[in-house]
Amino acid sequence: MTTLFTRPAWAALAAAAAMNASVALAAQTSITVGMQLEPPNLDPTGGAAAAIDEVVYANVFEGLTRYQADGSVAPALAKSWVISDDGLVYTFSLHGGVTFHDGSAMDAEDVKFSLDRARAEESTNAQKRLFTGIASVDVVDPLTVKITLSNPDGGFITNLAWGDAVIVAPESIEAAKTAPVGTGPFTFSRWVQGDRVELARNPDYWGRPVALETATFKFISDPTAAFAAMMAGDIDAFPNYPAPETLPQFEADPRFRVIVGSTEGETILSTNNKADHLSDVRIRQAIAHAIDRQAIIDGAMFGYGTPIGTHFAPHHPDYVDLTSGSAHDPARARALLKEAGAENLTLSLKLPPPAYARRGGEIIAAQLREVGIGTEIENLEWAQWLEQVFRGKDYDLTIVSHTEPMDIGIYANPDYYFQYDSAAFQGMIGDLKLATDPAERTRLMKAAQRKVAGDYVNGFLFQLARTGVSNAKISGLWENAPTQANDLTGVSWSD
Amino acid sequence: MRPRLPVTLVAGLALTALFAAAALLSLVWTPHAVDVLNIAARLQPPGGDHLLGTDHFGRDMLSMLMVGARTSIAVAIVAVGIGMALGVPLGLLAAANHGGVVDDLVMRGNDLVFAFPALVIAILITAVFGPSAFNAILAIGIFNTPVFARVTRGGALSVWTQDFILAARVSGKGAARISLEHILPNIASLLIVQGTIQFSLGILAEAGLSYVGLGAQPPLPSWGRMLADSQTMISFAPHLAVLPGLAIIATVLGLNLTGDGLRDHLDPRLRRPS
Amino acid sequence: MLSYILSRLVALALSLVVASLVIFVMIEMVPGDPASFMLGLNAAPDTVAALRAELGLGGSPPERYLRWIGGMLQGDFGTSYTYRTPVAELVTARLAVSLPLAVMALLLSTLIAIPVGLYAASRRGGPGDWSVMGLTQLGIAVPNFWFAMILVVIFAIQLRWFSAGGFPGWDQGVWPSLKALTLPAVALALPQASILARVMRSSVLEVLGQDYIRTARAKGLSRRRTLTDHALRNALIPVLTIIGLQFSFLIAGAIIIENVFFLPGLGRLVFQGITQRDLIVVESVVMLLVFAVILVNFLVDIAYGFADPRLRRR
Repeated sequence: MTTLFTRPAWAALAAAAAMNASVALAAQTSITVGMQLEPPNLDPTGGAAAAIDEVVYANVFEGLTRYQADGSVAPALAKSWVISDDGLVYTFSLHGGVTFHDGSAMDAEDVKFSLDRARAEESTNAQKRLFTGIASVDVVDPLTVKITLSNPDGGFITNLAWGDAVIVAPESIEAAKTAPVGTGPFTFSRWVQGDRVELARNPDYWGRPVALETATFKFISDPTAAFAAMMAGDIDAFPNYPAPETLPQFEADPRFRVIVGSTEGETILSTNNKADHLSDVRIRQAIAHAIDRQAIIDGAMFGYGTPIGTHFAPHHPDYVDLTSGSAHDPARARALLKEAGAENLTLSLKLPPPAYARRGGEIIAAQLREVGIGTEIENLEWAQWLEQVFRGKDYDLTIVSHTEPMDIGIYANPDYYFQYDSAAFQGMIGDLKLATDPAERTRLMKAAQRKVAGDYVNGFLFQLARTGVSNAKISGLWENAPTQANDLTGVSWSD
Repeated sequence: MRPRLPVTLVAGLALTALFAAAALLSLVWTPHAVDVLNIAARLQPPGGDHLLGTDHFGRDMLSMLMVGARTSIAVAIVAVGIGMALGVPLGLLAAANHGGVVDDLVMRGNDLVFAFPALVIAILITAVFGPSAFNAILAIGIFNTPVFARVTRGGALSVWTQDFILAARVSGKGAARISLEHILPNIASLLIVQGTIQFSLGILAEAGLSYVGLGAQPPLPSWGRMLADSQTMISFAPHLAVLPGLAIIATVLGLNLTGDGLRDHLDPRLRRPS
Repeated sequence: MLSYILSRLVALALSLVVASLVIFVMIEMVPGDPASFMLGLNAAPDTVAALRAELGLGGSPPERYLRWIGGMLQGDFGTSYTYRTPVAELVTARLAVSLPLAVMALLLSTLIAIPVGLYAASRRGGPGDWSVMGLTQLGIAVPNFWFAMILVVIFAIQLRWFSAGGFPGWDQGVWPSLKALTLPAVALALPQASILARVMRSSVLEVLGQDYIRTARAKGLSRRRTLTDHALRNALIPVLTIIGLQFSFLIAGAIIIENVFFLPGLGRLVFQGITQRDLIVVESVVMLLVFAVILVNFLVDIAYGFADPRLRRR
């Protein structure tokens, strides 16, 4: 009986002590994270904007599997899985006791609902191709779900780790665009449109509880404003910091930590292989030799970035360094142009908004001018770029970072906006899809890299670096960007 | 009162002439080429080989500012020209038909254009036609038109009431001839003053548009874009953001002083009674 | 009088129709499909088609125009493509930032301009007048985005007295919100104050030249009393007209300043709407702004009509 009376008193004391402790030790439990773009909505299954995943991925929503900071894929809502010998049937065992933020239980029915919804005819999922290989999804029991594929697919577990494949509930999905309800360690609190999204710790989280109590994502598109907000201490971390030129200042300031990591973004001078003149490989090669990669990395990215000579991430074990094949050699470029009879060439150079494109474009224009190629620069917004360049293929040159992991396969699509049409290359990618032997896969991937480099399909510039800034007392932010996310589950403040 | 007039006018003309001269000179000569980048020599402070330092691509700031002056002045002049070419005839027409349907139509049209948020429309124009110096001119020119129409109409109306116009009418001259032969010369000074003011506003507008990336496109330097490109570097290379800002201020100041001085000097009727 | 009001009403209606057509045609001409922009690089064509249907982008241009106008007449401004919330709600939320910002900037500029203008007028031709008028010339010449940048560097980065930008929201307290609007309001107010001070000065001088002021002076009223008792009241009329003009400019014209300080205001909503092809937002907000100005013009016309019977006979 005594316990009944003493317990509340004890609890109050403990709470008071905890409050004192938090004041004394200043162990901060809230974070404000800066992002350049505001998500258009908060439903990762209903939009392509990377900003959606950057807020909700791993924080609010979880899938059967998930990406980890090092790029590997780990179990998430699925505890484990068994793959049938023919590679067609995946049987997932789900974690028990998982609830959505609205209190409803997450079970096999929700998994079936989510995947069926994503692959349905009227689906507006931006990555629908991830799910087209699924033949059926069957509920075995509340914690077991069986997915049958129409063809074996070695990448299926990775596909399920995408933000577009998170598990949602039929009860809450309709409102998810403005009030997302997931299973993650943070619940959505509110969205002040145009300014910020606020998250709070989910007290009923099924997994390891997070250290942060609240998290705020604040949207600052202007690089100068981002710099000012970081310097003024309005923002605790800016994981995708847009003004690399100011990073030395943060490095010199003990209040901050600069985080430099890699991304999956091959930044290339995309070339329309079917445009006049550019269908001639000698002219494409001349452009490649006219480009001084290091000058672009220094001038546009202030030194952050790794030169690439092909369309492949340098941190990948199968990467081949082919930069010497397109080394900076203006004399060679001029000779090639002369040989091709194209000495008074003027090409359009259409640039999307990011700084790597706008600044890089000015530098490339100057470098091309040096070998006698004139350019007409046109700065485009993304919407115009998508329409004119990506869909309309009405361009000669453009600069863009291809951020999908392992995407060299795009060169096998003759309708892709580079319009590169090589039967030999398409054969390699076809073989790669079927190959299961790791050595054979490595051989094919290296051959593919050599092929696109040797054909000078595009100007291969550099691998985009991920430059971030945070308060020096914050730890646990992702260094690299294997997928576009700001996973806060491991983030905490020291002292 | 008397000694003040020349001082403002002279100061204004001197500032304006300085930038106009720099712009003209840039057509034939700049200290360094502005289309050659030298990343290794970037962000040099003023002094030495580069009098005003170098920008983030290693280009000479003085040369960039000179060519930038050309861009700004060209855009603003052409925009004012468009505004005058459209606005003045409309204003004359309205004044000649004072109280009539045409007058009403012109004035309503004026109000309508004024009712549109100028910057939003400028951004829409560039969204439709793509960003370029030409479209910046177009956007600024459109919003100059009603200003000139209104000023012309106002000035013309007061001239129409004067005796010598009555004499001309009696002699059988038509409204169009009177407008051209008698009204226009009499409001010329008014238009010059307004033109100077619109010119300075045009410089500011061009700077604002190119600051948000909608004006002249690279590699052509423009003051607004120079500012926008370099403002993140203000704490370690302040000259990059400060110099184009000062250039804009000095040019606008020069034009405004010129406009004020001209108003006092050219048009005694506009002088305040003392 | 009735026929005058009727004719103004017809003009008002015609203006609105013309304005709505101009806006609609411009928006129709903007290249870039909202649905494919939202779905990004990897979207399949059928997915884009599904989203287009969901957003209600189908139909011929005249159909869409009538649907839009019909909705506006019933108070339905459409639903934002990107946010998927009604445009009216977005506008209300953004006005909670833009309106106070405009009011603050105007208050600030008026509080500076009226005494400064009066002072300059009272020291006409003297060194005080000279230096004040010189400063206002400078104030007009400074681009406000440049001034804003300097303010941020000094007060947010160096001194850390203010945030570099952002807006906490009125529910987080009035003081933090006002504080967040201070630097942007100062940046907006500088050129406005300079213009206003000049208008104030010349307006006071004009009034001082009028006969009744001379009479008052002749009757032995002190220069100061003349200024405050008689001149000020009359001189304020043109100043108020300018303030009215500036207010409508500030509501939508703060786009660049809102960007510099990342404020969630109306201007940035429109700007974002254009870049993200959330065209229904742009269309409806621009129409609302134009409507507001045209309506004010109309009311002013009517007021003048009452005040000045000569106008009515036109």
